[in-house]
Amino acid sequence: MSEARYSSAELMVVAGSREIGDGDVVFVGMRLPLIAFALAKRMHAPSAVGFFENGVIRDRPSESLLYTMGDPPNIEDASMCCTMSTVMGLLQKGEVDLGYIGGAEVDRFGNINTSYAGHVGKEFVKLPGSGGAGDIASLAKRFVVIIDHNSRRLVERVAYVTSPGNGDGAGWRERQGLPRGGPSAIITTMAVLRFDENREAFVASVHPGFSTDDVRENTGWPVRFAPDCATTPEPTEEELRVIRAIDPTGFWTS
Amino acid sequence: MVDRRGLTVASSKLLTMREAISRFVSDGDSIAMGLALEALIPFAAGHEIIRQNRRDLTLIGPISDILFDQLIGAGCVKRVIAAWIGNVSAGLGYNYRRAAEDGVPHRLEITDHSNFTISLGLTAGALGVPYLPARTLLGSDIARDSGPFKHGTSPFGSEKLLFVPAIVPDVTILHVQRASEDGGCHAWGNLGVSAEGALAGKRVIVVAEEIVERPVITSDPNRVLVPPYRVSAVVHEPGGAHPSSVQGYYGRDHAFYGEYHAATKTATASDEWIQRWVRGVDGRAAFLKLLGAEQWRSLAVRGSKPAAPVNYSAT
Repeated sequence: MSEARYSSAELMVVAGSREIGDGDVVFVGMRLPLIAFALAKRMHAPSAVGFFENGVIRDRPSESLLYTMGDPPNIEDASMCCTMSTVMGLLQKGEVDLGYIGGAEVDRFGNINTSYAGHVGKEFVKLPGSGGAGDIASLAKRFVVIIDHNSRRLVERVAYVTSPGNGDGAGWRERQGLPRGGPSAIITTMAVLRFDENREAFVASVHPGFSTDDVRENTGWPVRFAPDCATTPEPTEEELRVIRAIDPTGFWTS
Repeated sequence: MVDRRGLTVASSKLLTMREAISRFVSDGDSIAMGLALEALIPFAAGHEIIRQNRRDLTLIGPISDILFDQLIGAGCVKRVIAAWIGNVSAGLGYNYRRAAEDGVPHRLEITDHSNFTISLGLTAGALGVPYLPARTLLGSDIARDSGPFKHGTSPFGSEKLLFVPAIVPDVTILHVQRASEDGGCHAWGNLGVSAEGALAGKRVIVVAEEIVERPVITSDPNRVLVPPYRVSAVVHEPGGAHPSSVQGYYGRDHAFYGEYHAATKTATASDEWIQRWVRGVDGRAAFLKLLGAEQWRSLAVRGSKPAAPVNYSAT
């Protein structure tokens, strides 16, 4: 395993950044996606635009590390500082190509729970809630989930749907009245999963250092693997250099 | 009847924090705070609410970066109407968990929202309509029938819609960079749902880093969030948003959020934290002294990057 050269979080940031196409409007979110957006801007997506739910819009990433999207460096030289209604309205209109969501639990159809772990009404853990995640999952053209890989987090069926994915399969989003979108990838500490024509997640690539058995044993449903399931590309030296320039102490990426 | 306590034109609405909370926040009130999300959080006002032992409050906000957790831990809160309650850079809020899971210090009623639905609810409140329609959260458990929302279809088409009910806080508390004694105020940076919340609230308390002469505010009326007549009280409280940031004044105290997280894992430890940082000090100046001059100075903004001036002259 090449853990000496890069951390698991760095690999996830790189995988996350590669989901951004040049020119995409990206609803950025918290933690690792803050760095994935900044990395993509410097590498392959210089024309991408970042939305932050507090009302910040940027076409150049902040020069310093962000602990939250509201930090002063994210305001200085912003393209626009507006209201939450403005960015959420543009999201609802269909102007956001990609959003990131962190999760406590994600299921085989890409539904996400960040509200109540365990059983609602019985023993449960109260998680912080939706924030903007439910809106991103509902309204972005596609969204990417970033999550630790274990069988408590990748589950057959989430206990509570905070952020709607593909429900119970193809056609579900349309029946609910959701205007578009759905999950396009789940990036975990072990693998990248994508979605088939039934809108169910399958393993598209396994990270270096992990086996298909590791992934199978740590996934809470009998997960399928792509026939051409590959090894997730490692971060390049240039990508690592950029990440470490953004997060020199490894606050988010160590 | 419209509650117009304090809603008027007056030359000075300047009060101390103690007077403002005493006069305009009552037991059982609903209070919107933290409306700019991670910045401009009115911590000093929240701490005074704890010191005055307000009870059975309903807290309203999109996300809350530890302030709601503190008020819940102090036993002030009956209900939350919010999208996210926790500690943005450090993780979960332990007091929120204890109240929700175990009823400690007492049971908490949770009305789950998303950021967009909080924004729409406050906007409906600001517009004086009973609800606003949206296309978000359809199919989620937040939108199920036991929640505050209703489902419908567009009268102009066939789109399925979520109806988000208006939210009208009894009190909205804003932290801003500067205000004049008559209630005029300027805030800048990311504002989230600050304006909507201040327009929806029955009463508005403005907490400012600086008190300036009225012409400073009227020199730039586009930067005013809420008409001054809607402001019930103006409080001068430098450092009142710490540990959150105030653009142009001080940065976010990231370490403080991490220390709070580590220090509140048990109810007993949380009580000690609240005793030390809130009940054990008599106001914000004493809080900042406890924080330490060196730490407080280290957060200060030293640079200067003023916006280019604009010309408002009529002649």
